[in-house]
Amino acid sequence: MTMKTDTQAKTYQNVQPKRPWQASVKDRVTTAIVLAIAIISATLLVKVTGLSGKLGFFFAFVLIFVALTSGRQYRRFGSASAKDALVNTLVAAGTFLTLIPITSIIFEVFSKGYKGIYLGLFTSDMSLNSPNDPANVGGLGHAIIGTLILVAIALVISVPIGILTALYLTEIKGRFSQPIRFLVQAMSGVPSIVAGLFILSAILYPITKQNSALLGSLSLAILMIPTVARTSEEVLNLIPNDLREAGVALGGTQWRTVAMIVVPAAKSGLLTAVILGVARIAGETAPILLLAGGGDRFNFDPFNGPMGSLPYFIWNSFKSGTPESIARAWTGLLVLLVVLLFLFSAARFLGNRKVGK
Amino acid sequence: MSTTETTYVIPEKRELTTKPRFSDKVFRGVVTGGGLSSLLILGLIFGFLLYQGFDILKSQGFDFITTSRWDIAYDEAGNVLSSDFGLSSMLIGTILCSFIAVLIAVPISVATALYLTFYAPQWIKKSMVTIIDLMAAFPSILFGIWAYFILMPSGVYWAKLINHYLGFIPLFENKDRYFQGSPFIASLILAVMIIPIITSISREIFSQAPLDRIQAAYALGATRWAMIKAVVIPHGRNGVIGGAMLGLGRAMGETVAVYTVLNIVFAINWKILFGVGGNVASLILTKFGEASAYEIKGLMAAGLVLFVLTLMVNFASDQLVRRFGGSGK
Repeated sequence: MTMKTDTQAKTYQNVQPKRPWQASVKDRVTTAIVLAIAIISATLLVKVTGLSGKLGFFFAFVLIFVALTSGRQYRRFGSASAKDALVNTLVAAGTFLTLIPITSIIFEVFSKGYKGIYLGLFTSDMSLNSPNDPANVGGLGHAIIGTLILVAIALVISVPIGILTALYLTEIKGRFSQPIRFLVQAMSGVPSIVAGLFILSAILYPITKQNSALLGSLSLAILMIPTVARTSEEVLNLIPNDLREAGVALGGTQWRTVAMIVVPAAKSGLLTAVILGVARIAGETAPILLLAGGGDRFNFDPFNGPMGSLPYFIWNSFKSGTPESIARAWTGLLVLLVVLLFLFSAARFLGNRKVGK
Repeated sequence: MSTTETTYVIPEKRELTTKPRFSDKVFRGVVTGGGLSSLLILGLIFGFLLYQGFDILKSQGFDFITTSRWDIAYDEAGNVLSSDFGLSSMLIGTILCSFIAVLIAVPISVATALYLTFYAPQWIKKSMVTIIDLMAAFPSILFGIWAYFILMPSGVYWAKLINHYLGFIPLFENKDRYFQGSPFIASLILAVMIIPIITSISREIFSQAPLDRIQAAYALGATRWAMIKAVVIPHGRNGVIGGAMLGLGRAMGETVAVYTVLNIVFAINWKILFGVGGNVASLILTKFGEASAYEIKGLMAAGLVLFVLTLMVNFASDQLVRRFGGSGK
């Protein structure tokens, strides 16, 4: 008797939990074979028939793969399963199509832009260079300084407004919440060129009559406010209500509760909102072209005269059209992309931290 | 009154009030003011563009959006003799490109959103969401220059293929064999730019599909596709339409990316493969450089038309997303 239970226990110990939803070895082998057949026949089709190019291959491959898998599922389980297999392939193909442009963009920018990178790039400007000069002369130091100034001023204007808007939507929840939420949404849809035209018509023509970084920053602030406001709203909504109630229960006024509890708790999230806002405007081109103009030399005065910026540098190099200046445009794009990637990973890092810590 | 007698002093009744204190009043005032600033800014944009463009809108009337000419005649002193401003070809071009972009982007975005919500393993899902968010943050000049150098050659090749096989359809006709800078290529780059927007909205809406119904569908033996068809699509349809409209609004206001690839001509063109197109935002950028003070007013009026157009599209999309799905992103 005891012997029997012992062996029973042993066999039970050896039993692996079954995972019926996982693909069996046979399934996996079949999938691999189907995949191989699809790749081979698609390659043959591209070689033999009029189909050509990567896109031709892609479509041939998807079609053959769909036919094979759906056919197999149809034979095994009937039409519902066949449809399921068809959709399965289609959504995966859609995701792949989404990935193509971004992979291509990052790859092209890095492969075309890295040639122009050298140390002097970040310290010199373009005032002594013509578009025909090779990429290792001149630089975009002035453009980086200009972008920094533009972004800094826009930051000073838009962050308070954006966060106040978010506080109104989450803390006060007044009568205007619904309309303001819509207006913020509408503001994020304002085309950047319209924001530029607005500052042009409201300030540049009637008052200053000359380009300056300040005007560029004003238009950038219009574009940045909705991003900051919406991300901050999401973050503030995540702050548990217990914290607010605790603050009020201790006798704090709403002002004290918000300033000493809610905002500090949401600090890293609010920083994420600001970073995403900066990422939104750092590469904005159209309003800069209208308002900040552009220059080839260093300009540290945000109130007077045109100021260069990374987008203007890229735009101008692109428009000049010589091979050298186009190479310079790619280098500028690379610098811009690296800045964006850095901002974005900073936002991710901060956003992934737990809210309230 | 003796000292032995204990006196009970009943404290005065504390005043219970819900009246906010002074600091709270200031706080509420400041925050409400900040909140209303979006209204102020949008109002100012409308007001100033209207103010600057009013002369043109008044002299042109409805011709401003129904005719298709952009001519100004000056005398030798630089005074304006006569002027014609008509935006119809630009407006049609804008709407045509944006619609085609949405038509291309929606199936791809919905497929991606479905894949990420219901099919993908966790690690693919996480990294894809990051990539798509990153793509949504790319500036338009990056898309524009990439489109000009990388997408344009492929786009021309695809356009020729479509023209070769489907050229009998009037939309795909191209007798002049001129494929560069066509609305089709502008639509392609706009589609690339709005795919991340539509995808993230669709994903959000799909992920809010009621879990009990999803599980009920599986429990009844539904395949994944049958579940999606029965539960997710009815739940998310209108939200996805709202997301598509939001993408449409973005596509209409896009300037730099379209400017680099589109060949802007003042002629109404419905043949999407033919290299002639129009776009309001790009027109403003094109004409701005050499425009006279008078022509700038025309551009302001054009900006006003674009502003109102995107505002209307945004309003419609907002209504759809709010009523039928989660918070639009």
